[in-house]
Amino acid sequence: MQKLMLLGDEAIAQGAIDAGLSGIYAYPGTPSTEIMEYIINNREAGESNVRSGWSANEKTAMESALGMSYAGKRALVCMKHVGLNVAADPFINAAMTGANGGLIVVSADDPSMHSSQNEQDSRFYGKYAMIPILEPSNQQESYDMMHYGFDISEEYGVPVMLRIPTRLAHSRSGVSRRPRRPQNDLHTPADLSQFILLPANARRRYKGLLLQQPRHVHLSESSSFNALLPGEDKSLGIIACGIALNYLNENFPEGKPPFPTLKIGQYPLPRNLVKQLFDTCKEIMVLEDGYPFVEEILTGFFGTYRNIRGRLDGTLPRDGELNPNIVAAALGHEVSAGMPVPDIVRPRPPKLCAGCPHIYSYNALNEALNTYSKGRVFSDIGCYTLGALEPFTAINTCVDMGASITMAKGAADAGLVPAVAVIGDSTFTHSGITGLLDAVNDNSPITVIILDNATVAMTGGQTSAATGKIEDICEGVGVAKEHIIVMNPHPKHHEENMEIMKNEISYPGVSVIIPRRECIQTAARRIKTLKKTEESAK
Amino acid sequence: MKKDIVLAGVGGQGILSIAASIGLAAIEAGLHIKQSEVHGMSQRGGDVQANLRLSDKEIASDLIPGGKADLIISIEPMESLRYLPFLSQGGWLVTNTQPYDNIKDYPDINLILEEIRAVSNHILIDAGKLALETGSKKSANMVILGAAAPFLGLDYTLLEKAVATLFRSKGNEVVEANIKALQKGKDFTGEYLKN
Repeated sequence: MQKLMLLGDEAIAQGAIDAGLSGIYAYPGTPSTEIMEYIINNREAGESNVRSGWSANEKTAMESALGMSYAGKRALVCMKHVGLNVAADPFINAAMTGANGGLIVVSADDPSMHSSQNEQDSRFYGKYAMIPILEPSNQQESYDMMHYGFDISEEYGVPVMLRIPTRLAHSRSGVSRRPRRPQNDLHTPADLSQFILLPANARRRYKGLLLQQPRHVHLSESSSFNALLPGEDKSLGIIACGIALNYLNENFPEGKPPFPTLKIGQYPLPRNLVKQLFDTCKEIMVLEDGYPFVEEILTGFFGTYRNIRGRLDGTLPRDGELNPNIVAAALGHEVSAGMPVPDIVRPRPPKLCAGCPHIYSYNALNEALNTYSKGRVFSDIGCYTLGALEPFTAINTCVDMGASITMAKGAADAGLVPAVAVIGDSTFTHSGITGLLDAVNDNSPITVIILDNATVAMTGGQTSAATGKIEDICEGVGVAKEHIIVMNPHPKHHEENMEIMKNEISYPGVSVIIPRRECIQTAARRIKTLKKTEESAK
Repeated sequence: MKKDIVLAGVGGQGILSIAASIGLAAIEAGLHIKQSEVHGMSQRGGDVQANLRLSDKEIASDLIPGGKADLIISIEPMESLRYLPFLSQGGWLVTNTQPYDNIKDYPDINLILEEIRAVSNHILIDAGKLALETGSKKSANMVILGAAAPFLGLDYTLLEKAVATLFRSKGNEVVEANIKALQKGKDFTGEYLKN
């Protein structure tokens, strides 16, 4: 079979399909989005009725995947690293219930924060849950780990985490496929109390999970994704996790370092392999993309092992992603560089698209607020976060999905009245509804502006769970009908929109304003598809 | 054979269609490929780049080390300069001359062109103008790809075939226009190298 040119994300998707996947659940988030998109658009997955489609948030996705695993089928759930915070409750408890059908949780990390609020390292979550973690070093491994991950998930009855960083998720390379295997038949757990985490059961399950830990280590020892690669020069031993191995190899002719190198693609750490490296090498260097997860474990609280080099002792930077040059510097190699960037080159930050409806919402809001002191606008995660930049400087916070409404409420409770929340349609249904309920129950003097562009725009225009439902949701939560106002964020309605905002902002209770106009990117795509269909109908 | 290529532009300009064409041709040539792309926030009109690595041997890193790129291909002149730290000594810089001005302090284009001319191996090409001559304004990216073709180390017919494959779903007319645009770019560089 000819190799497929796949992104790391797409390799995961194809690997899962070929490994007998029955369903995938996810909420869009860079750099994980392309996994679900690939399966939604994959013909074979469609023909074999693999369940696909976007969930309201990562928590609902995680729980649905767990339900599919309960029913005996193989399930995949995908999210970006911060999405795992949202899904943390079912994620940790899924380790307690265990899996029935194979269950893989993909968490895509974003070291260097290309499109994220932080660079948290998902491996800590995997360790916290006490489940096996897989970390591919290339696209082929991303593919292969789906077969393997489902196998160990079913054999050991645990969910398995796969952690992938941006640079692999969004890099393309050749991937060889294996023959597709069939999906599992429907079968409920042999023990029907397995998934009931009542304290008495939970204690039993937890003891079982603890007893299983040595088996997870044993699995890592024999895993083909972990390997101690020989090297003549024992002055240094290297532990290279995931894609860090590539940056190491890049620095040596034929991609072969002279030092013994422990390649890590599966956790918990393989104790014997690490010991072999420690016993034979004078110094140890730990290369990992993310937090010093392995380095911290090996160094210990008192720094007992003083011969460990990595992010903690300053050999490598403490933050940011790795690259071949950073690793070269750590190895003491001369760092290659071209010419400097000429001074005249200006930064070109991302910005709202020309004609974007958010522009006109922010123009109206800025004017409506100009009689008040600054610092009253609490915003959220999405394209509209770009309202923080010039020329708008319209928002004052961006923390996590849904925090706009609840932070505005808290600030209003403290006396910052009026306070305004700005949130997107999809972010609202992701995590805004419960916050709105809190505000309604307290009759907090806040104005919630739900920017409805009918799509998840920032991640590329996925279907929004909110479309067509926002007014009903707000009314159902208890917002007074006369304070739920829809407007068209178009420059020709500027004065009128500005007046409405002014009025609602001065109202001493919960009001919701919904500026509604389709995202210009999705509109352009929709029109293009429409034209194509018309042409082919001719 | 090893070619490390940085592709540069502004989000939405379509650097990935250039990457996809080179990628397809490289597969046909039986080469190993790694292609690191930018998705997400920067696609909203910000600076974007892709790293494309071709080799007859296995490729380790998805990212090109500093000072090791054989080629910078840019759809936008100022963006071509942003990646100079990656260009090797003797590497080529192939760039469109037409600025994409979506920032408030875009520098004087003449100063930018001056900086580009200071790079010893450079091709400056007005891709939009040449694309118009083929009758399709949209094929500017293929003009730039054509201008870079002599430095790719790939058989030109493979590149033509890749472009045809890439645009096949859009009909014969679009395929023809893009092949013509590719040729225009290639001829431009051919003439330049003669002088």
